[in-house]
Amino acid sequence: MKPEEIYEVLTKQFGEAVLGFDTELAGDPSIRIAPSAITDVCQYLAETDTLAFDSLMCLSGADLSAKDEEFAVVYHIYAMQHRHSIVLKAMVPKTNPHLPSVSHIWKTADWHEREAYDLYGILFEGHQDLRRILLPDDWDGYPLRKDYKEPEFYRGMRVPY
Amino acid sequence: MSDFRAMLASPHFNVSESFFPNINLQDGLNWAEEFIQNVVLPRLPEAVASHFPVELGTVLVMFACAGIFVGVFPLLPLVLVLAERKVSARFQNRTGPMRVGPWGVLQTLADGVKLLFKEDYIPPQGDRFLFLLAPYVIFACSFAVFAAIPFSQSILVSDFNIGIFYIMAISSVIVMGVIMAGWSSNSKWSLLGSLRSAAQIVSYEIPLGLSILTIVMLVESLSMSEIVASQSNGIFSWLIFRTPFTFIAFFIFFISSIAEVNRTPFDLPEAESEIVAGFHTEYSGMRFALFFIAEYANMFAVSAIAVTLFLGGWEGVLPGYDILGGFPGFVIKSLGLVFLMMWLRWTLPRLRVDQLMNLCWKYFIPIAFFNILGTGIWGLIFPEDTLISTSISCAIIYIGLIAAYKVAGRTLAQRPAPQPS
Amino acid sequence: METTQQTESKIIELKPFADEMVVNMGPQHPSTHGVLRLELKLDGEVVREAIPHIGYLHRCFEKHSENLSYPQIIPFTDRMDYVAAMNQNWGFCLAVEKLMETDESRNFEVPERAEYLRVLICELNRIASHLLSFGTYGMDIGAFTPFLYAFRDRERLLLLFEKVCGARLTYNYIRIGGVSEIIPMEPGSIAEQNFLDEIEAFLDYFEPLIDEYNDLLTKNSIFAERTTRVAVMSAEMALSYGATGPNLRGSGVDWDLRRDEPYSIYDRFDFDVPVAVDVPELGSVVGDCWSRYKIRMDEMKESVRIVRQILAEGLPSGPVMADLKAVRPPQGEIYFRSEAPRGELGFYIVSDGTPKPVRLKGRSPCFSALSALQELSRGLMVADIIAIIGSIDIVMGEVDR
Repeated sequence: MKPEEIYEVLTKQFGEAVLGFDTELAGDPSIRIAPSAITDVCQYLAETDTLAFDSLMCLSGADLSAKDEEFAVVYHIYAMQHRHSIVLKAMVPKTNPHLPSVSHIWKTADWHEREAYDLYGILFEGHQDLRRILLPDDWDGYPLRKDYKEPEFYRGMRVPY
Repeated sequence: MSDFRAMLASPHFNVSESFFPNINLQDGLNWAEEFIQNVVLPRLPEAVASHFPVELGTVLVMFACAGIFVGVFPLLPLVLVLAERKVSARFQNRTGPMRVGPWGVLQTLADGVKLLFKEDYIPPQGDRFLFLLAPYVIFACSFAVFAAIPFSQSILVSDFNIGIFYIMAISSVIVMGVIMAGWSSNSKWSLLGSLRSAAQIVSYEIPLGLSILTIVMLVESLSMSEIVASQSNGIFSWLIFRTPFTFIAFFIFFISSIAEVNRTPFDLPEAESEIVAGFHTEYSGMRFALFFIAEYANMFAVSAIAVTLFLGGWEGVLPGYDILGGFPGFVIKSLGLVFLMMWLRWTLPRLRVDQLMNLCWKYFIPIAFFNILGTGIWGLIFPEDTLISTSISCAIIYIGLIAAYKVAGRTLAQRPAPQPS
Repeated sequence: METTQQTESKIIELKPFADEMVVNMGPQHPSTHGVLRLELKLDGEVVREAIPHIGYLHRCFEKHSENLSYPQIIPFTDRMDYVAAMNQNWGFCLAVEKLMETDESRNFEVPERAEYLRVLICELNRIASHLLSFGTYGMDIGAFTPFLYAFRDRERLLLLFEKVCGARLTYNYIRIGGVSEIIPMEPGSIAEQNFLDEIEAFLDYFEPLIDEYNDLLTKNSIFAERTTRVAVMSAEMALSYGATGPNLRGSGVDWDLRRDEPYSIYDRFDFDVPVAVDVPELGSVVGDCWSRYKIRMDEMKESVRIVRQILAEGLPSGPVMADLKAVRPPQGEIYFRSEAPRGELGFYIVSDGTPKPVRLKGRSPCFSALSALQELSRGLMVADIIAIIGSIDIVMGEVDR
């Protein structure tokens, strides 16, 4: 199935929760989903036989600009059986970034969500074990945010070298 | 003492054989005293000799003999360590140590010197006393075993009437040292390693002992020299070929003794890739070297015991001829088994702890019991070791080997799957 | 005072008289393949739980990338999977090239010669990577000798890589739009012929050795007993955890990007994709450690086949670098994945039309595969943990990035 057709299916199923279909930029087109509906959409994508998205290739957080009001959470999903893929995007506000977890649908999301939390501070509700994964437990701040300033010291060690 | 003098006087006397005179422990003091009375005192000036403290001298002579003993045997591990490095290098397309001395023969010596100068670290949170004691326990026990091994007719420290029993007893004490080392290090890896070792050594002692028992049943003696003496009629009188059961017992004995000395495929107590270095993880410097030396001494000791029990000891291949006999023959046979151990080590992977226990309790111990039963029945049928009994035994062994070759490989695969508990 | 401290800092609860022992395996441990730390909860030898802690090798790859131009990022990808750095270079370059190709005004194409060189070098790199995996796995299981055999053969490959790019480990060879010309190799020159002859000599030497290694380790019954029926990962589980590459094929899923979504010129070559099957004579079932390991052994043979086909065709003449003024992909985003030796290496790139990416995420195959460890290891033994880590073949540089 082509991304356009998947978009059709999703709009038919979820209506307003599907916010739009971005095709104007180069590269992969993506479907924008309301953050609160992401679990339902993913569940539907994974469990419908005609779609059968059985693997989450990648889950990334993204902060596209310091001026933006929102973080993006990007889901790259693939269906082994039908060999089609789709990109989902959920925009979460920077002031209170949170959205439901999909880690119970695809286990890949477990560590990828932890990574997004670690580097962007996006909270995934319903995640079993949401703690830092790459950075030390006591690190301050979320380094991949565009407005991130590295701390002067970490445990007595100078950080900027 | 009279033995000693008779030996010196005998026409068969040669230097290598008399290097260690045949001493019985109980006669040791007498011998030392007579040595002073007959050898030392006549050579001293009259004035000195009349005041010579004979008792003190006796003790000193005893210590000197012990010193030779303790001084010579550590050289053996030095050679074996080098041999292992060279052998493994040949297996792995390398040259091994080449820089220290010609062909690197002084490498282990250099390593020993290095270890002497290394920091002797003692874990501050550990049990200091046990930590210091453990290497000595292991070292002493592994060398005490040599006391009962007959290297040749005359080169043996002591000919106990319970020689093999003594060896079993002493080598079991090693596990105490291992547990002491593991516990006192205050390291979880060491503890895991020492407990693995304890379980392993205690388990494998059973098939080991049962295999020895088959020999003892045939020879009707626990004395090492009598066991050797019963194999004096050439290769087919060696106990390994005496009955089909001793043939099986040899392999059980050899494999179990590999497990006893913690070598691959049974090197779980010091499995580097799993538990870092097992019970000697926290040791450094000379204390580590003691473990190392003890390990190689053990390796030679178990090979020597296997040779004594099964492969004719210092008796030769042909009756009356000295082929593979005497002290050189004994050492060659023992080193052959040591080489076999090295070969296995550098070829095989390591078993898991439950597979190790399975092998021991489900296979070796039942087979060893069956061996004892079989040996008993064999002894009833053939009370004397005759040409007929030997021929039948060799025929059965030959047929059995062919049958084993046919079914080998299939048995391992048919074992039940390990279930996660 | 005490209570406030307890609420503020994390207190690890220890029950000294419980049956459970908590052991830290790593970050410094001989067989965690780098700086992986496993928090093992042991009941004797049985592992109740193994919790992986990663991040000890975190080098802020993604943060660095946002401040570097695209060609400058390539050396950073070398450091991700340093065992198969060529494939990492290639994965990144493919993603950037894919994004640039969408800009039709540029008319940008990777030259033919470069494509052949890329496939040639990356397949050799795959062999080198699998050799290392084979050797270290043998060592994990307790056999030391295969490790040195593997290194002996890998050494010859590294010398080949050195000839082509001057480096032995971090190559920076594959560039956006082609391959590096740092050591010139004229088409049809003696240098090129020597290089190809050397590769051929290596293949002739190496191909029979794979069978020898199979005899030495793969079919060894102790090895088989240690690895078969241990940590069986079903196909569903592998897909769900995002295990890819040999791990996925080891679970019986017939999937290889080189064949199923061919990129570059892989559609021109004839090769099979090894997939795990039950091997009753050794006791192996699909998805166990032995299957995952065996896939790698078989893949080496397939890589040899691909390289032989290239050698038979010969390298086409022409330039090795596309005519690029600057690497400036159009505004947009791309996710592109390629088949690296350890699985699917994906790069998610968001570009705003400037020479630097806005967001770059490396989706490393080991990262996803390692997350399955906790579930795989439950109820097994300490020695099995080592067998699992070795069989999913992680490189911490890639996990932590």
